[in-house]
Amino acid sequence: MPTERPQAPFNRRDCRVAESHAAGGYRIFTLIDEEGPEPAPGQFYMLTTSGAAPGFAGRPFLPRAISVARVTGSRGSLRLEFLIDEVGPGTVQMAKLGSGDSCGLAGPFGSPFSMPKELNPDAVGAVLVGGGIGIAPMAVLRRHLVSRGVPTRTLLGFRDQAHSGGVDELFGCEETRLAYEDGSSGHRGYVTDLLLQILTGDDTGGAVIYTCGPPAMLEAVRVLAAGHGVPVELALESPMACGFGACFGCVVPKTGGGYLRLCVDGPVVRGDEITTAMAGEAAVGVEKDVRTRSE
Amino acid sequence: MNLATDLCGIPLASPVLNGSGTFDAIAARRAFGDAVIEEFPFAAYVSKTITRHPRAGNPPHRLWETPSGMINSIGLPNPGLDDFLTGILLEFTRLPVPLIVSVMADSAEEFAELVEAVSAVSGVAGIELNVSCPNVHSGLIVGEQPVETEALMKALRPLTDLPMIIKLTPNVANPHEVAAAAEAGGADAISLINTLKSMAIDPANGRAWLGAGAGGLSGPAVRPVALAQVRAVSQAVEIPVVGMGGIDDAESALDFILAGARVVAVGTENFRDPRAGINVKNGLEGALGRRGFASLADAQASTLS
Repeated sequence: MPTERPQAPFNRRDCRVAESHAAGGYRIFTLIDEEGPEPAPGQFYMLTTSGAAPGFAGRPFLPRAISVARVTGSRGSLRLEFLIDEVGPGTVQMAKLGSGDSCGLAGPFGSPFSMPKELNPDAVGAVLVGGGIGIAPMAVLRRHLVSRGVPTRTLLGFRDQAHSGGVDELFGCEETRLAYEDGSSGHRGYVTDLLLQILTGDDTGGAVIYTCGPPAMLEAVRVLAAGHGVPVELALESPMACGFGACFGCVVPKTGGGYLRLCVDGPVVRGDEITTAMAGEAAVGVEKDVRTRSE
Repeated sequence: MNLATDLCGIPLASPVLNGSGTFDAIAARRAFGDAVIEEFPFAAYVSKTITRHPRAGNPPHRLWETPSGMINSIGLPNPGLDDFLTGILLEFTRLPVPLIVSVMADSAEEFAELVEAVSAVSGVAGIELNVSCPNVHSGLIVGEQPVETEALMKALRPLTDLPMIIKLTPNVANPHEVAAAAEAGGADAISLINTLKSMAIDPANGRAWLGAGAGGLSGPAVRPVALAQVRAVSQAVEIPVVGMGGIDDAESALDFILAGARVVAVGTENFRDPRAGINVKNGLEGALGRRGFASLADAQASTLS
């Protein structure tokens, strides 16, 4: 049976910020959602802040698509934790939010990750590969799989210590293997080096790979998985205006021609649904715009 | 307050429609469930534009955020007429509001094929003609040329009994002349504005950000331009005007009615809030009252001094 996709309440609702704190170079902030269902791993929300960010000339205008990094509580008082990197006006405004403030929330939206046996009937375990801010959906998925008894190995990669916020908090002391490009901790190099060790060292017949991170990492994982015949699901990112299929802005080319809308056909896609993960470039058009930032 | 009105004979429970291509009723139902149908946000539903043949749409990137707005370069992705007729059109006709189908073509012949095919389907209340496309024969964008516009309307008029609404581009110096030509050719209503031609430069490499090079600006940033064009067009024609361009609340919707629009459409705001249409409608009574109108009809009948 395919993984169920929870439906969002038909609204954008104001949610109370319960808490916000720095986590490495990132921030984690928590919203209390009193209305929505528990999201499935891989789903995302559209977050709306009020006011313009200093130095960004009247932006943000659009809501921002953000994956949830941890979900606790239950329906009626869900605690949704978001891991954010201040890269543009939307996330700058989110980072200013403190306890008692309000933030607009719509969702959860999008396709969730499949369970391993949906991708491979013979699956016996999962390998999670996260990079940078993309560790957030991996954290949710890891807890989901572990709580269901799925043997799970987690590989996380970071540029440096400043870009590894949230790793201790979201993954705790659970066994994870880390790679830092600058060699400051763990394996010196790319997280895909660690994935390659697993793919070449083990019997991978029962493995399934899940991944989220920067486009170049996703593409490397997609190619490695395909080369070893291992099913893979990727959580992609794209500039997005609405989150629920209205704007047709968040597309990536799909196998066989045409495009997928990442908000309704994704953000989680199978490796064989796309021809490259590089098209799902970070959400620059909507969020990142360093040139106009005067701070 | 009774907000019921009509648009060239199409009965409407309120004067709030959606702009074509700004609300996918099927995708919204997938995201939100049946609540979308039970509380459908618009008094009539304008479909995304359909073309004779399938279109994949423009290559990414398709979006850019601006102050108080956004640029889109979507490229009218759609399944083409044949799949539309046997697929999503049937779902659209089951919506609880009148259905207006938006069509676009690059020749009068293809427009005719679309209009005739759509008119034959029961449950379609009206047709919107998207004329922001070059004519393959003349190379001219129909909606930028009064002569082309009138000729197209005259060619299509005998083909359908349904109301035909023509959606005008704002990227002209004389929208009122194009509107008058459309009326002379037999159009039943004018809708405007479409998006303003615009572009963005990629800060990383200095090249055009959008995959198609240029796109269209929408959102509150374009509202003053839209108001001026709605005003100019509504003074030039007798047929009703569907006003749109950056409407994000009841006050801004009422601005368009006072500028001469009979009804309004919500577009980009739907992206920010899926209930934008409901919020505009629910705020109208208060907005009318604050400006001294006893009814929607009073506001529709008023003229700016």
